[in-house]
Amino acid sequence: MEELHVLLKNRGKIRATEAQDYVDAGGYEGLRKALAMSPEEIIEVVKKAGLRGRGGAGFPTFRKMEFTYHADDPVRYIVCNADEGEPGTNKDRILLSSDPCAIFEGMAIAARAVDAHVGFIYLRAEYSYLMPTLEKALLSSKKLGYIGKDILGSGFDFEIKFRSGAGAYVCGEETALFESIEGKRGEPRFRPPFPSLKGLFGKPTMLNNVETLANLPPILKNGADWYRSIGTDNSPGTKLFTICGNVNRRGIFEFPMGVNLKDLIYDVCGGIPNGRELLAVQTGGTSGAIINASQIDMALDIDTVSASGGRLGCGTILVIDDSNCVVDIVLNNLDFFRDESCGKCTPCREGGTQLYNLVRRISEGHGTIRDLESIESLAWTLRTTSLCGLGHSTAVPVLSGIQNFRDVYLHHIDKDFCPVCAQEGGHRK
Amino acid sequence: MIHLTIDHQAVCVEEGTTILDAARQANISIPTLCYHEDQQVKAVCRICVVEVEGQTLLPTACSTPVAEGMVVHTASPKVLLARKNILSLIFARHPQNCLVCQKSGRCELQKVAQDVGMYKPISYDLELRATPEDNSSPSIRRNHQKCILCMRCVEACEKVQGLHIMDKENRGFHTIVTTPYGKKLADTSCINCGQCVQVCPTGALTIHDDTGHIYQQITVGKTLVVQVAPSVRVTLAEALGEEPGTVSTGRLVTALKRLGFHYVFDSDFSADLTIMEEGTELLRRLKGEGPLPMVTSCCPAWVKYCETYAPEYTRHLSTAKSPQQMFGALIKTCFAERAGLNPKDICSVSIMPCTAKKFECKRSEMKDSGYQDVDYALTVQELARMIQSGGICFSDLPETPFDDPFGLGSGAGLIFGATGGVMEAALRTVHTVVTGRPMERLEYEPVRGFEGVKEAAVDLDGTVVKVAVAHGMTNAKKLLDQIRTGKSPYHFIEIMACPGGCIGGGGNAPRTWKKVEARKEAIYRAEKDLPIRQSHENPAITWIYENYLGEPNSPLAHKLLHTKYVNRQDLLR
Amino acid sequence: MEQERYSYKTPASLLVEVAEIAAPYRDRPEMLMKVITRVQKIVPAFSEEVAQVIAREMNITLTQVYSFVTFYAMLSVKPRGKYIVRMCKSAPCHVRGAREVVLAIEDQLGIRMGETTPDGRFTLEYCPCLGLCDSSPAVMINDRAYGNLNTESARELIKRYIREDVE
Repeated sequence: MEELHVLLKNRGKIRATEAQDYVDAGGYEGLRKALAMSPEEIIEVVKKAGLRGRGGAGFPTFRKMEFTYHADDPVRYIVCNADEGEPGTNKDRILLSSDPCAIFEGMAIAARAVDAHVGFIYLRAEYSYLMPTLEKALLSSKKLGYIGKDILGSGFDFEIKFRSGAGAYVCGEETALFESIEGKRGEPRFRPPFPSLKGLFGKPTMLNNVETLANLPPILKNGADWYRSIGTDNSPGTKLFTICGNVNRRGIFEFPMGVNLKDLIYDVCGGIPNGRELLAVQTGGTSGAIINASQIDMALDIDTVSASGGRLGCGTILVIDDSNCVVDIVLNNLDFFRDESCGKCTPCREGGTQLYNLVRRISEGHGTIRDLESIESLAWTLRTTSLCGLGHSTAVPVLSGIQNFRDVYLHHIDKDFCPVCAQEGGHRK
Repeated sequence: MIHLTIDHQAVCVEEGTTILDAARQANISIPTLCYHEDQQVKAVCRICVVEVEGQTLLPTACSTPVAEGMVVHTASPKVLLARKNILSLIFARHPQNCLVCQKSGRCELQKVAQDVGMYKPISYDLELRATPEDNSSPSIRRNHQKCILCMRCVEACEKVQGLHIMDKENRGFHTIVTTPYGKKLADTSCINCGQCVQVCPTGALTIHDDTGHIYQQITVGKTLVVQVAPSVRVTLAEALGEEPGTVSTGRLVTALKRLGFHYVFDSDFSADLTIMEEGTELLRRLKGEGPLPMVTSCCPAWVKYCETYAPEYTRHLSTAKSPQQMFGALIKTCFAERAGLNPKDICSVSIMPCTAKKFECKRSEMKDSGYQDVDYALTVQELARMIQSGGICFSDLPETPFDDPFGLGSGAGLIFGATGGVMEAALRTVHTVVTGRPMERLEYEPVRGFEGVKEAAVDLDGTVVKVAVAHGMTNAKKLLDQIRTGKSPYHFIEIMACPGGCIGGGGNAPRTWKKVEARKEAIYRAEKDLPIRQSHENPAITWIYENYLGEPNSPLAHKLLHTKYVNRQDLLR
Repeated sequence: MEQERYSYKTPASLLVEVAEIAAPYRDRPEMLMKVITRVQKIVPAFSEEVAQVIAREMNITLTQVYSFVTFYAMLSVKPRGKYIVRMCKSAPCHVRGAREVVLAIEDQLGIRMGETTPDGRFTLEYCPCLGLCDSSPAVMINDRAYGNLNTESARELIKRYIREDVE
């Protein structure tokens, strides 16, 4: 299977820090076109292209643009969410390190569309080593006049500022990210009001994932029809997939939306190593659903994956072979969520740990059917009543794991010996 | 207007109304914990979730605005299950010993648990926070284990009082609300105002309980002399379940007598004394003796704030003690002599709307009688508990007058209880002293009411005195900052730390602005009916100057009724 | 234990540097993250003295600084080692034998996860996904990332740090 490189076309081919290289490769053409258009026209192109957010929720990008553009306040912000924290994901790291100017261009186009003049890139602390590259690339883009005052003589100003995190997954949640930029604890805010109307510093803000922004330059440059010709009707364009875990070939791959999951695992990535069998796949990172081997013949686009109970999310595919145990994987996921809960709302703060305790009881062979019921009921509570997506996501691997691997849970409850969980019993926190 | 359906009832409310308010307008009650009507919406406890048709998630009623055609179910099976699960999660971190909690019976968590129907033991692991209790403060006790992280106290301290003594530490399961770097409350710049206690829904923040000491003093046969602060007569009945704003002066004296207090005096008297001393001091400062503006020193929370955050400006504070401490010094001197009592056999108690008074009476300067002038300051909440423990049916009590000789106070003394009251009382007397005639209307409206900073200019036959009144520390700070920068245009400033003044004090029953408003109405209503409404006209005041103190600011008055301030800047380090 | 946690004292000379970093951001509370991340480069921990200086210079409360520092995983109020070994705990590393690597490192350093060696050189911590999933299991030591670890290569890596055989 051939990859289709739209976002990765410059990867390894240009010097990331040199804006001139990017321009020579056709970069900043989209921005040049956008500067000749009105905000409404840009939004119309994005709408026609059908671009949807690549961070997780798959929200139509043009809607965010519209809301922000029509907001009352004249001061608006663009925020690039580079707090890539979803376990198993590193597509944004690749984009930022190999083609940062594309992100700047995407931000500038978005800024033009919503009439914003300041943009922030919020980089996770674990990626702080990318900062020098980004700073150099921004400086060289500014020197060429693509970012800064009076861009390409259009009279349009747009500045980009860098902000960094200090180790908190929840800051990938947009309102928590705003709080963090404002110098506070990264705790999400309740909604409404939505960020498009009241976001960073209380101003209308359009926040997008790195990959979403990277899609804007090619859309503006090549047009909506071209973009629509790639991918599926409901999810046009290409998608970056991070494939990790127990496969022969791991890494970032770019395919049109709708690519088949089974093909990805077996054709592109060469299947499972060491003669093992496939046990499960978790799509969309730790906050995605865990599906079993019989469910993997599935088209990877936003709606199909959502319909299966999971989410395409950031495009992470974690392949799990049969040397693992699903209960143990769920426990690992819950351990992550309980560490990363911000502690603001009750269900997530307390429920994350209680879910962990309950699943742990099962993995240790002390669980009962009643515990399984408690788990389902509690996970549902987190799913429906938590303040933000982190709490909602905590429930997804738990509920999908039980749904797709119920017999595994029952075996543990029946006190059947599980070699993986037995080993993990000695696992120390 | 927005039309929606809540629990099968058609409801019509204004745009922007939350589901919670819309439901309340329709007489449907939704349980809440972090929600407080005087505070910002937080939406963190998630108890008020409701079901909205067409949505899979359960939104919180407190934060979600209504929408046209919305169909809301506030108590569907789904909602009830979610609430039970959330409450179970809270219980799994909360001590299960409600029977021995100071808040038992008044606890909002307990109430919600009853409403939701939590009758079975929870199925989650009980895991209490390990952090120890903090009993270091003479005013406020903290118990982290009972905290449900509603964040009301943090808002009260940070937003209302501008102090930010406590906030969250850590994150996730390990989050607690605490002071930085594990400091004890007594080692922080906490001003003991008790506004955090006022809003705490559980027993996590409570008033330091001194009632045990009182019973002990009764047992050992001390003569118990008690003074009652002006505002207490309008807040005590409320703490015992009556309507906010119920005046209970006579019943309160009866109750204290029945509890075993031997002499019941009225702090309105010492408030009048404060006016004489402070008013005289003001007139002297206006003549150039001492710095201007002069700021009141009745409020111990404000005094501690000034000593901590602006020690170089304590010279602006009036040297006059607060009414509580003036009274304390007189009880163990003047009163002891007249009554033929040995001061060491007297236990001097005050009933206060205030938690900071507990701190004030323990200050080392407050021993001018040769003994600790006031032994114990009890809050309204503590007295209410003593009345309950005493089996006294407060609503049926007959009325008893205060005891002589210190049972007579003027209306001017009484209005000390509300913000602006000290100023109004002082102006009444200062006007008469300077111009030789009383103010045309004794009610001086510009300093009344709940505006954060009130100001006025009073013409005393050519001498214009500019005054300002602030309540709540964020407002007070504005006036203090003017003094700091040398830009204060005022001669006289009144500052009370609690919003609303003492009627909004931290020692009362839990406040809301609505209740404080009712208390204010009550105090001004009661004042209007009093025969004597100016401090200098109080015969008890005339008597004490003629027979004991000499004249205002006399050497003896200075010894007993004035004080010095200390530098507490170290608390910020 | 509480006492111990906060007992660390910061040298006065460092406090001067901290003040210099924070002073330009007076009355700009939104710059706290920038100040904190810069200060972190020069202090071993956000001790009370450090937080006091930041609060004083930026004109914010000590409580705000403390609450902020205790929220973020990479900031600490107690001193950590010269080398902070951050072991990825997320599923992509987990399914490729992260546990064995952890046991090997713990064994080699003689400490457990969350602890610091008595000589103050190494702190061992779990951390969430490092974004190195194409080369899991992965570890980050200070600002440098290492992937495709197994028990042998992990031991070899730690050995180099023990001998200061890194630039």
